[in-house]
This record gives sequence, C-alpha cells and structure tokens, in this order.
Amino acid sequence: MSSNTDAIRELAQQEYKWGFVTNVDEDRAPKGLNEDIIRLISAKKNEPEFMLEWRLKAYRHWEALQKSDAEPKWANIHYTPIDYQAISYYSAPKKKPALKSLDELDPEILRTYEKLGIPLAEQKMLAGVAVDAVFDSVSVATTFKEKLAEAGVIFCSFSEAVQNHPDLVKKYLGTVVPYTDNFFATLNSAVFSDGSFVYVPKGVRCPMELSTYFRINASETGQFERTLIVADEGASVSYLEGCTAPIRDENQLHAAVVELIALDDAQIKYSTVQNWYPGDKNGKGGIYNFVTKRGACRGKNSKISWTQVETGSAITWKYPSCILQGENSVGEFYSVALANNYQQADTGTKMIHIGKNTRSTIVSKGISAGHGQNTYRGMVAIMKGATGARNYTQCDSLLIGDKCGAHTFPYIEVKNSTARMEHEASTSKIGEDQLFYLRQRGLKAEDAVSMIVNGFCKRVFRELPMEFAVEAQKLLSVSLEGSVG
Amino acid sequence: MSLLEIKNLHATVDGHEILKGVNLTLNAGEVHSIMGPNGSGKSTLAQVLARRETYEITGGEVLFNGTDLLAMKPEEAACEGVFLAFQYPVEIPGISNAYFLRSAVNAIRKHRGEDEMDAMDFLPKLREKMKLLDMDEKFLNRSVNEAFSGGEKKRNEILQMAVLEPKLAILDETDSGLDIDALKIVAQGVNAMRSPERAILVVTHYQRLLNYIVPDRVHVLVDGRIVRSGGPELALQLEDQGYATIESGARGASPAA
Repeated sequence: MSSNTDAIRELAQQEYKWGFVTNVDEDRAPKGLNEDIIRLISAKKNEPEFMLEWRLKAYRHWEALQKSDAEPKWANIHYTPIDYQAISYYSAPKKKPALKSLDELDPEILRTYEKLGIPLAEQKMLAGVAVDAVFDSVSVATTFKEKLAEAGVIFCSFSEAVQNHPDLVKKYLGTVVPYTDNFFATLNSAVFSDGSFVYVPKGVRCPMELSTYFRINASETGQFERTLIVADEGASVSYLEGCTAPIRDENQLHAAVVELIALDDAQIKYSTVQNWYPGDKNGKGGIYNFVTKRGACRGKNSKISWTQVETGSAITWKYPSCILQGENSVGEFYSVALANNYQQADTGTKMIHIGKNTRSTIVSKGISAGHGQNTYRGMVAIMKGATGARNYTQCDSLLIGDKCGAHTFPYIEVKNSTARMEHEASTSKIGEDQLFYLRQRGLKAEDAVSMIVNGFCKRVFRELPMEFAVEAQKLLSVSLEGSVG
Repeated sequence: MSLLEIKNLHATVDGHEILKGVNLTLNAGEVHSIMGPNGSGKSTLAQVLARRETYEITGGEVLFNGTDLLAMKPEEAACEGVFLAFQYPVEIPGISNAYFLRSAVNAIRKHRGEDEMDAMDFLPKLREKMKLLDMDEKFLNRSVNEAFSGGEKKRNEILQMAVLEPKLAILDETDSGLDIDALKIVAQGVNAMRSPERAILVVTHYQRLLNYIVPDRVHVLVDGRIVRSGGPELALQLEDQGYATIESGARGASPAA
C-alpha cells in the first residue's frame, strides 16, 4: 500500500484530539420534559412572567409536534431516534467566587485550558483572575463589559438580559425565529438554558470583537443555547463563537437558536468555529447538532454576514439564513463543513429576498473524508417585490478517499423577472497527482493534504477575523491529520 | 562516488513492465540528457527517481549519494536533494506560490536540521530568482499553477528548482509547450543552475532544448532500455535520422554506460 493511500486512510482514523470531560459540580434537573420542568427552568432563572408564558406556549406546541411526529425527516442524515425523555434539560455549574490567582482555580478547569492550548494570559482572563469568572452560567460583570458599557453596547448572558433588559428581550425574542418555526427551534424555545444577548445602540460601532469571552462559556450553555443580537440603526458588530466539547459516550442533543436583527444601515458579522465532539472513528457517540440560525435585515442598507467552520458534531443540521427585507440589504454565507469518519453534515443557507435591490452571496466548501457524508442544502428565493435582486452562489465539494460522499441540493425560487442569479458548483477529489507534487517538493503526506484542504477553504477563511482564521486552519489540520511518515 | 547510480532498474505499472533494465551513472557537475520515442519509458524513469508510488520496482537498484534511493518516500528523496520538474505541473488552488515555495524550502531546511525561514528572509531570495526567469511580481500571490499558461507552468517549475537548489534536478519534457522565447528563458534558468555540486538530467523528446542546454552525455532510451549513449552530437544525429534507425541499429547492441 502506498503512503498516499495510507495518508488518506489515516484521515478516517483520527482520534478526537480535544476530547475530554471536565468534572465540576453541577446543578442538574431530573431527566424528562414536562410543564413542571419548564417551570423549574424558569424559576431557577427567576424569570418574569412573560418568559415563562413564552416557554410554556413553545412547550405545548412542541408536545403537539411530537405527537404528530413532526420531527423533520427531510435532511440527508441518519440517526437513531432521540429519546427526549432521557435528557436532563437543566444544569448549571456552581457559582464560583472571584479568584485572586490561577492557583485558586479548579485544577480540572485549568487542565481544560491547557488541553485547548489557551495562552496563560487568556486563561487568566477566562478564569476570571483579572476579571470575573466566566465558567459559571449565572454570569458576571467583566472589564470587557465595562468598556462595552462606555460605548453603550449591551453584551451579557441571555439570562441577565431577561432580568436587566426585559423590554428589549420582549421586543425582539422570537421575531426572527418564532417558537413555532421548527421542531428543534420550538424545543429550544421551551427549554433554552442560556446564551448571549447583544444590543448595539444607534450609530455605535462595537469597539471590539465579541469573541473569547464566550469561548469557554459556550460549553456550558451549549445544549440549548439561545442567542439574540440586535444592531440598531447604523450600528455594527462582529460576534464570534467557538467551542470544543467533552467526550461522552451517549449521543448528546444540541439544539441552539440564534436570531440576528439588523435595522437601517446596520451590520452584523457572525462567525462560528464549531468543534463539538464528532464521535469516535467507528461513529460511536458524538453530538447531534440541530441548530436554527437566522438573521433579519429589517432596515435599508443593512447587512448580515454568516461565516462558519463546522468540523465537529456527529450530525450537523444547520442553515444560517438571511431574510433580506430592507431595500439594498445584503446577506452573506461563507461555510466550511467537514465530515470525517462517520460524521454527517447537512448544512447550507436560505437567502430570502424581499426588498428591492437586495443582494446575497453564498460560498460553501464541503469536505468529506473517511465515511463522512456532507450535504449542501441551500435555498435562494426571490419574492415578487424584490426588483433588482442578485444572488451569487458557489458550492464546492472536496472528497478525500473513496468511502465518503458529497451531496448538493440547491433550491432556487424566482418570482421577479429582474433577478440575476449565478450558481457555480464543483466536486473534486484530492488527487494522487496533487499529493505527489507536494511531496516531491519535500512536504510530508499529511502536510500536503492539509495544504490542499486549506487552499480549498481559503475563500471562506479570509472572511474570518484574523485570529479566528488561524485557529480555524489549525483546527482543520488537526481534524484531518494523519500519522504518516 | 557518483551522485546517481542506476543499476539494472526494472519497473512496472499495472503489471506492465516499462523499465526493463536501465543502467545509468551521473556524476555531480554533469548534465545528461535522456532522449527516446513516445512510450519508451522516459517519464517513468523520471518519476521512479522522484519516488512516485504508482510504479512498482521489480528489480535493480538506485544509489543516490551512495544511499538506497528506492527505499525513500517522495518527500525524503526531495529533502535529500532530488528535484523533478514536472511534465504536467499540478494546480493547487488557494495556495499562493510564495507560501508554497516557502513551505517546501522550510520542509527541506527542517530535514537538514536548519532553522525555518520566515517570509521576510525568504521573499528577497525568491524575488532574485524570479528576476532571473523574467517572472512578474504578481506570480508571488497567484495560486500554484492555477490559470497559468503552459509556458508559465514550466517557468514556475524552473523557479522552484532555482529556489530549492537540489543536488539532482530531473527535467521531464520541460520544453514541451514552450515557444522559442520561453524556451530560451527556461534554458537560461537551467544553465544558471549548472554547478560542480549538481547533476541535471534532461528528459526530452526533441533535440531543440539541447541547443540551449548542451549536455555532457546523451542517452537514447528505447523500450525500457538505454540502447545508445554518446556526446551532444548524438542528439543532432537523432534529430536528423529519427529514432527508427537507432532502434534498428541498436538491436543486440550492448547498453552503454
């Protein structure tokens, strides 16, 4: 067997490098889902009446959906049915007091940081040594927040927003993804644990990337995360989320909801690096990631841009979308999705053009390796009133080895004859000739594979904020690394 | 000790024997040319020496600097100083020439236990070599071989050779697809690489290139064997008379060293 073939084969046998479990004391609800659990979650969070009512409406709707077997079945993914009564719907790490130095931190958490390769300075920040602790879900004031507060930006956990900014939450929650939207979004609406809330007031450019703050926080709000970002007129914000997850044997359901709202002349950039545990090389375990992400360009000249690098999860079901209501509004979707071993990804976007002269760009890069199955599913809809709408779609698939699959389902609906649509698609395979060429120049087989894959993804990586792009490239290389040579 | 010693080399691809006992010795400082008709095994020989794994070695041995070349992986041979200028250079979309070349240089430096070069040190060196080959600055940021013309691809191969400074450079049909101006520039680039420490093996179908890169020795490969060897005049004779006469005249003749 040649080592080129070996390199390809090794790709399918990667262990999850960043898999580990952090044992910290948790505050956990009993398994199962019923109205009492909903009330418990709401009470734990000391929520106002309107939140409880909303959760209950969502729960009742979800119950009906479940009875009518409305869990979506159309995606190109296969998994054993989820037992929703076997899940615990609330857990929160215990509150930690503020720390004076890293020595006081739970050594488990310290080790977690080390495994992630987080620099010491950043560890301190994350651990709340210089600022407050971040690891607990019942979150905190930080120096970040003070700086943001000066600019008038509200950036806090969703729970805090419910307490401190109930009017904003009430005004925008569920207006992009209503609780009736789909099975998983409905479930999330009923049981969501926490997440982020961002409000950028009129004319304010958020002074920093809203990033590392939630890098660790994400693992705790991970299961049923709820994020709401509002950019008021003329405001702009860049939000980054990234995560790694502990190895667990049983499959874990994750069902997050993200809503973005951009008013007149506002811009939101939302970047994701997703690295939940993908299961082992035989397809055992791994996260089921059913995510509903949607942005509304409500105002004229508004812009929402999604960039995602999806390397984790056993199952990815995710379609970050844009509703382009405002005139001249712009929607973008840049995606790298990797399906290795027995991972399945069904991901893409929807661009709904409603306003005049709305524009959208879709660039999707799917990588399949091992027995991975990667599906791009995208919809571009041009509504009657969307005169002068334009869409450009580029959808490329890269195959590594001969046991994986790439699938593409583009849907195009045009109801206005002035629309201009472009769709490009390609499927390619990492060839023996490419590998030989790079190896003949001195690169090891695995470095050659990594270089080819990174080149393939370049168009997407350059949309990421700089430090995130580096992290994403590293992650991709780690996810594909073989042990050749 | 010779830089390259090929002894009775046999190689097959998909069960077909292509090389049927090649013998060839190349010393540092020499330029040799392998000529031969289509399908005679020229490219196979070039790729076997660069350790492409689609070929199976069924007999013989190859010593490079006295060590067993056939035991090396392609990247090991490359790091030891074997360079192949490809007949059909491969496209690597999304990876810039500059980045690619620096990665290659650093892979080789690492192999030698040297420090890696950063972009600040590397770029001036690269620019200098590019000037030699009359290549535009834009080249640096273009993806490797993507949307290159045939001539640009070949020039890029020679640039890589110039930057990597191999001990043994094998040029596989580097002249094919080149117009006369490009051919001259490429030849000039190759000639600039001639040195007492380096051997160059020029694989070509036509004599044309050898007007510009004058070899010390010319070998004629027919049906997987070297059937004749001589000085540069042999190439002219071939151009004149074609391979057919040599082939028939060579039957039964003992292979030349």
